[in-house]
Amino acid sequence: MTVAAERLERSWESPTVLARVLATVDHKAIGIRYLVTSFCFFVIAGTLALFMRLQLAGANQDILSSETYNQFFTMHGTTMIFLVATPMLSGFGNYFIPLLLGARDMAFPRLNAFSYWVFLSAGIFLYSSFLFGLAPQGGWFAYTPLTEEQFLPDKGLTFWALGLIFLGISTTAGAINFIVTIFKLRAPGMSLDRMPIFCWAVLATSAMIVLAIPPLTGASVMLTTDRVLDTHFFDAGLGGNVLLWQHLFWIFGHPDVYIIFLPGAGIVSEVIPTFSRRPIAGYYYVALASVLTAIIAFGVWVHHMFATGLPQVSMGFFAIASIGVVIPSSIQIFAWLRTLWTGRPQLKLPLLFVLGFLFTFIIGGLTGVMFPMIGFDQQVTDTYFVVAHFHYTLIGGAIFPIFAGFYYWLPKMTGKLMNRALGHANFWLLFIGFNLTFFPMHIVGLMGMPRRNYTYDEGFGWAIYNLLSTIGAFILALSIAVFILNLLYSRANGEDAGPDPWRAGTLEWSISSPPPAYNFRVTPIVRERDPLWMPDGFDWADDAPETGRRRPVDPLQHELIATSVLDGNPDSVDEMPHDSYWPVILALVLLGLFYSLLTEQFWLAGLAGAAVMVAIGGWLWPEQLAAPEEGESA
Amino acid sequence: MEDSERTPGFNIRSFLRPRPLPILGALLASLVLAGCGDRQSALDPQGPAASTIALSWWIMLSIAAITFSIVMGLVLWAVFRRQTGDPDEISPAQPDEDSRFILTWGTVVPGLVLILFAGFIIYTEVALADDDDNPAERIEIIGHQWWWEVRYPDRDIITANEIHIPAGEPVDITVTTADVIHSFWVPQLHGKIDLIPGITNEIQLEADDPGTYRGQCAEYCGLQHAHMAFTVVADDSDDYAAWVDQQQQVPANPEDQDLIAGRQVFLGSACVYCHRIAGTNASGEIGPDLTHIASRETLGAGTIENSRGNLAAWIIDSQHFKPGNKMPPMDLSGPELQQLIDYLESLE
Repeated sequence: MTVAAERLERSWESPTVLARVLATVDHKAIGIRYLVTSFCFFVIAGTLALFMRLQLAGANQDILSSETYNQFFTMHGTTMIFLVATPMLSGFGNYFIPLLLGARDMAFPRLNAFSYWVFLSAGIFLYSSFLFGLAPQGGWFAYTPLTEEQFLPDKGLTFWALGLIFLGISTTAGAINFIVTIFKLRAPGMSLDRMPIFCWAVLATSAMIVLAIPPLTGASVMLTTDRVLDTHFFDAGLGGNVLLWQHLFWIFGHPDVYIIFLPGAGIVSEVIPTFSRRPIAGYYYVALASVLTAIIAFGVWVHHMFATGLPQVSMGFFAIASIGVVIPSSIQIFAWLRTLWTGRPQLKLPLLFVLGFLFTFIIGGLTGVMFPMIGFDQQVTDTYFVVAHFHYTLIGGAIFPIFAGFYYWLPKMTGKLMNRALGHANFWLLFIGFNLTFFPMHIVGLMGMPRRNYTYDEGFGWAIYNLLSTIGAFILALSIAVFILNLLYSRANGEDAGPDPWRAGTLEWSISSPPPAYNFRVTPIVRERDPLWMPDGFDWADDAPETGRRRPVDPLQHELIATSVLDGNPDSVDEMPHDSYWPVILALVLLGLFYSLLTEQFWLAGLAGAAVMVAIGGWLWPEQLAAPEEGESA
Repeated sequence: MEDSERTPGFNIRSFLRPRPLPILGALLASLVLAGCGDRQSALDPQGPAASTIALSWWIMLSIAAITFSIVMGLVLWAVFRRQTGDPDEISPAQPDEDSRFILTWGTVVPGLVLILFAGFIIYTEVALADDDDNPAERIEIIGHQWWWEVRYPDRDIITANEIHIPAGEPVDITVTTADVIHSFWVPQLHGKIDLIPGITNEIQLEADDPGTYRGQCAEYCGLQHAHMAFTVVADDSDDYAAWVDQQQQVPANPEDQDLIAGRQVFLGSACVYCHRIAGTNASGEIGPDLTHIASRETLGAGTIENSRGNLAAWIIDSQHFKPGNKMPPMDLSGPELQQLIDYLESLE
């Protein structure tokens, strides 16, 4: 190790074990935490689903009581949407956005650590409801007035509403961090149109999060005050409006579908070019399609409400808007197809999972296009047809790409290649298990089986399809076990990956696997898209550019170069914050605040609120900047 | 240009590799067969609205199946075709050709298909919205956790969980709720319409032929959402007139000693707080009207068949069948229970 690298290590690595665990602001450590934590939630919520599948394997079964079943499907949906899909993609974003951009960290490293701790705390908060037997049972959509205190008097729904408000802090902070990172921390020369598509996807997603979370948080606050302070926002009898909840929820809820899908599509847009051995076809169109999806997504929420008796003309408007979403999706699909077609595809594991993605997502997309047919929607909404549809889009659109992402990027994270045989077993079990679970649901849905029923009678022809779904669910679960086995096995015994096992084109493959704490010893200067593939794609900036405002960047300090939003010209040199315990402290006092609100101990909530202010003060307290070490200046 | 060189080298062996498509085909075939003779299947429509919707489904399915086959076929061909040249070499992007391809197939073609589809949507909606202004009957449905109150305002009929309509004629149904959101749904006749607090919604139903069509609450409404079913019975005109006539009868005062005793058990117990029987002092509104309980086919909103044994078991411990429902267990002696059931079974 060179002297320079050693110095950088010292500057960027956590000084002690305790600091590494609780105080680190390294985006890679935080990214891995997001991935591991959300994967744990994935396994938990999947296990809830297995219990539900057992209950529904035959008619009139008695494995779960109606109350437990209702709690399980509520927590399954809530977990998969809020604690799995979004944070898992945040994990990939956290780890890889700075690497793809050629940056040394996220724009706000402490806020990043805080986002993770709040995510973990909110997850624990939501799941602690099980300990008291008070898990929410209002469904992940929590329609009022069922979720009002009058109809579900126990604390379950208060847990749910407060948990989502709490989690919204994490998601929003994370999204702002991504936006600023993507706009300001791209390597010099990486203009917006040289940025990898995954970054475009995360940028569009983050913008959607910033706009979509407030309606959800607002609605959850109203629900909480209805339950705790006896307000009447959703009480039709006292002048409230029941449908207000549905509008607010779906103004969040429909964009959220794309919040989950777009980053997955972004992963696909990295994997397909790498394994087709050519740059992505129609870069501008694919980038634009992400942005367009994000915009249209906010204009279609009413198609979740076609059975609520809205006027024909309003429904017609939202129906036509809903079919408009097809265009950006078809742009992406045909860009991927063109890339595969005019390249030389190599069917390695990540691409195999991408094929699984295309197969399932296209089916999910095609059933999705059917919902704007209002009459048909009114027939199949709230049946298993819809359950089938959105699992095809969400598992197809997110889980398959996430696995493609794991097989593509885990070698970068662990330094070891994944085992091929186990990877193939993982894929085929997932593919067969998934389709066996969810394809029959289309059929039972059309045969009249409603969702969210803890049991059903014989005589409708539903039982055989449900049995198939249950068998499929266990095959799917097996595939997840095989993946975990593969990860553990390959981490210990896998072949060395080297810095660039796929000979890919983006910057993360230019540094060692796993990357050092400081990522890039020297900040790269980018001249092309896919810089590693182009003869003069990028340079190592040995002579740091003069930024005009401050001294030239010193590549040996705890600093990075911020660049201009559009062109990626060097803008300033920013001293980056070191490890800090304040993020975890602030997250913990917030957790205390939410528990005291839950138990309606308002004096305690006041105390916790004061503690929050103190923690924020501590966080913002000016630090003495360390004097540069002797001889460090370049 | 490279493409045209590759096409002749199309590798038939790789194309014939086993694929999941046959499985999909088999499942699709079973989908076609599904729905025959089921009492709650949208694929077995028995009324004009449901038929229109089912037709739109089959048309959309056909288009979707063709689209899927083409796109997935192209993807698989692109991946499995035989390749030439150095497998690791980077092919350059072809900005103009790439753009033309993506704009043609990603925007123009789907755009044209979607414009046609939008026309199809509007055409179907106009057809479905074409309600008859002179319905043969007006019915009010009021949702309760977890049963259906059914009222015929023009005929002074109040019943529950069983809706009789004249076959072959349009019937206007207005839906409201007494508590949370429910959704009224008879798949063989029409799509769903939600029952929402503070809102009155309407739907027009028509059954082509006499028959019994099952419906079920389709919006999650709490503990016993799964046991909130009902039936729509379409009668020919004579049967319908007879049914109306029967439901309008106020039960005569019983003369049989046993029935008088049974009525006394009913009126002297907690039953009256929640249930109504016309012609008596029982006028509770929390549970279903029992004036003609014996004429109905099920108990507990489709939970169990209406038989003597089931009725007894339901009265003693309905929680066993439908945990969480609002009817408490009744503590009656054996003879009291027998008399009560005799009385209830006389309420036809």
